[in-house]
Amino acid sequence: MTLPLFFFYVFSVITVASALMVIAARNPVHSVLFLILAFVNSAGLFMLAGAEFLALILIVVYVGAVAVLFLFVTMMLDVDFASLRQGMLQYAPVGVVVGVILLLELLLVGGSFVLPTGVEATAMVPIEQGVQNTKAIGQLLYTRYVFLFQGAAGILLVAMIGAIVLTLRHKSNVKRQDVFRQTGRKRSEGVELVKVKSGQGL
Amino acid sequence: MQSDVTSFASLAPAYPELLMAVGAVVVLLLALFWKNVRPGVIAVVAIVLLLATLAVLVLQPASGVLFNGIVIVDGFARYMKALVLGAAAATVMISLSNSKEHGIDKFEYSVLVLLATLGMMIMVSANDLMSLYIGLELQSLALYVVAAMKREDPRAAEAGIKYFVLGALSSGMLLYGASLVYGFTGTTQLDQIVAAITLETRSIGLIFGMVFLLAGIAFKISAVPFHMWTPDVYEGAPTPVTAFFAAAPKVAAMALFIRVTTVSFGPITKDWQQIVIFLSIASMVLASFAAIGQDNLKRLLAYSSIGHVGFALVGLSAGTAVGVEGVAVYMAIYVAMTVGIFACVLALRTEDGRPVETITALAGLAQRKPFVAAIIAILMFSLIGLPPLAGFFAKWQVFLAAVEQNLFVLAVIGVLASAVSAFYYLRIIKVMYFDEPVAKFAAVPGELTAVMAGVGFLIVTYFFTVARPLTDAAHAAAGSLF
Repeated sequence: MTLPLFFFYVFSVITVASALMVIAARNPVHSVLFLILAFVNSAGLFMLAGAEFLALILIVVYVGAVAVLFLFVTMMLDVDFASLRQGMLQYAPVGVVVGVILLLELLLVGGSFVLPTGVEATAMVPIEQGVQNTKAIGQLLYTRYVFLFQGAAGILLVAMIGAIVLTLRHKSNVKRQDVFRQTGRKRSEGVELVKVKSGQGL
Repeated sequence: MQSDVTSFASLAPAYPELLMAVGAVVVLLLALFWKNVRPGVIAVVAIVLLLATLAVLVLQPASGVLFNGIVIVDGFARYMKALVLGAAAATVMISLSNSKEHGIDKFEYSVLVLLATLGMMIMVSANDLMSLYIGLELQSLALYVVAAMKREDPRAAEAGIKYFVLGALSSGMLLYGASLVYGFTGTTQLDQIVAAITLETRSIGLIFGMVFLLAGIAFKISAVPFHMWTPDVYEGAPTPVTAFFAAAPKVAAMALFIRVTTVSFGPITKDWQQIVIFLSIASMVLASFAAIGQDNLKRLLAYSSIGHVGFALVGLSAGTAVGVEGVAVYMAIYVAMTVGIFACVLALRTEDGRPVETITALAGLAQRKPFVAAIIAILMFSLIGLPPLAGFFAKWQVFLAAVEQNLFVLAVIGVLASAVSAFYYLRIIKVMYFDEPVAKFAAVPGELTAVMAGVGFLIVTYFFTVARPLTDAAHAAAGSLF
């Protein structure tokens, strides 16, 4: 057994096992942690396949950003997962049937799928030999498809403006922080010297 | 992979898009950093930007394929872009005086209209299934937000959500179709798809993909049976927004429809022709009958726009250059009539400032506001298609193209549907001229009067003034596709 094959089995077994634990763990925080483990091991699989850029992006984006966001949400929302799981047995038969049908369909498709020879030549984006992954992806994204890239950026801008327009409300009765006003406050604005006559109070 | 963009000058065909994209961001930043600027000022800046883009488009006749085949700028794209920009500028202009009462007096409205227009320009220039989708989504996303912009109005929120959900569904169908077309032709580029299709090699999978693709686009032009969202969204959205919906996006989506059918699926014209004929007949007939029972003006105009899409598709179903020329002319006249009729609707306000939205409220308008009533009457006659008004020549050209291809049944059904639709258009004229006045109307703002007078003039004198240059432009536009 060669070393890459050994690592392939290590990574894939851990990926599948942790994916299973994502749905089986009782504690939702544990689920998210298993999800992170699954991501890291998938990154290892990418690395074995020679896609080092995707491997690192997976760790940076999915583990670094998405999964941490998940973790925050599950910890802050305090969803009662026990009540969500109620009636799981009741729905299990339907789920099993759907799952079996899906599995059969996957087997049918997978069994009859043949890649015609010479299909690489007709690919829209042929794989160039001797070009690094990162460079190839960059060329595709920022050179060939730069127009689409910028168009997608425009869509995200619209989404941002839309979210702000539809939800932001300026409340006038809320006290906001204004650092410049607060630090620039003078003594005379905050303190008043009052002469109190003895025996009378204010 | 080398880029075909080597210098700024090599981007010349895309200058209008470039100006629009940079301009929209500049307008956004301007509105953010200019303290206490009134939204009306930003709207004027947006109109100036739209007109400047239109000027660049007209004065810079560069054409070609850009960005490694993703964008195409030809005569057809330039014609349709000019229509889109003109429609957008006109609809922002007629919203200037009444944005406050419609709840769109925010600078974001102008920015979103600009970005939606950018999306439409990308749609019109799309030469690839991917740029087609990017443009469509940029446009749609901005429109969803604009529809729901009047936050305190539950009807606007309903319109926005309905539009969003159904729009997402149609995008899904379009994407599914696009993936099938890509799978069966091996390319996403529209002008290369055509090379992969011949009558002999067309497969059932490709036809499937085409049907889904066309269904997705048919949703955007609101052709029957993909029209369900139109009356609700038109009624719920603020009226200036409805005017924008009815004018610019329809042109862009129609341009997309024409380009996809004639350019990509040229060899299998017989296959998409029957789809277009069905959409056309269903739209014309359903709209004519469904509009009869409407009392809400905006719902009525929604059905009217569905019907007009059906009439425009008559031209496309011919599948010839003459037919496409007819559609191009039809869309130009449709935009003018739509802008005019919405300017009239926006101009009508009761004395206490409430907008007039029902037909019964128009009673006796001819005595109170003879000018507005006259313009509405002219527009109604034009929408019916009575000579010598512009609407007649629009219908004339599309029906002529259909008859040339021996589509007699389609033409006869179209003329009959047109006759049925005359009923509800004429009813408005009857209510305005022969019913007793009930309400008093507020004064009409100046720029709306100007727009109404301009549109009225163009429609009445169409044959003597704009007919020749417009048909020449449409002829050149259609010629660049075939």
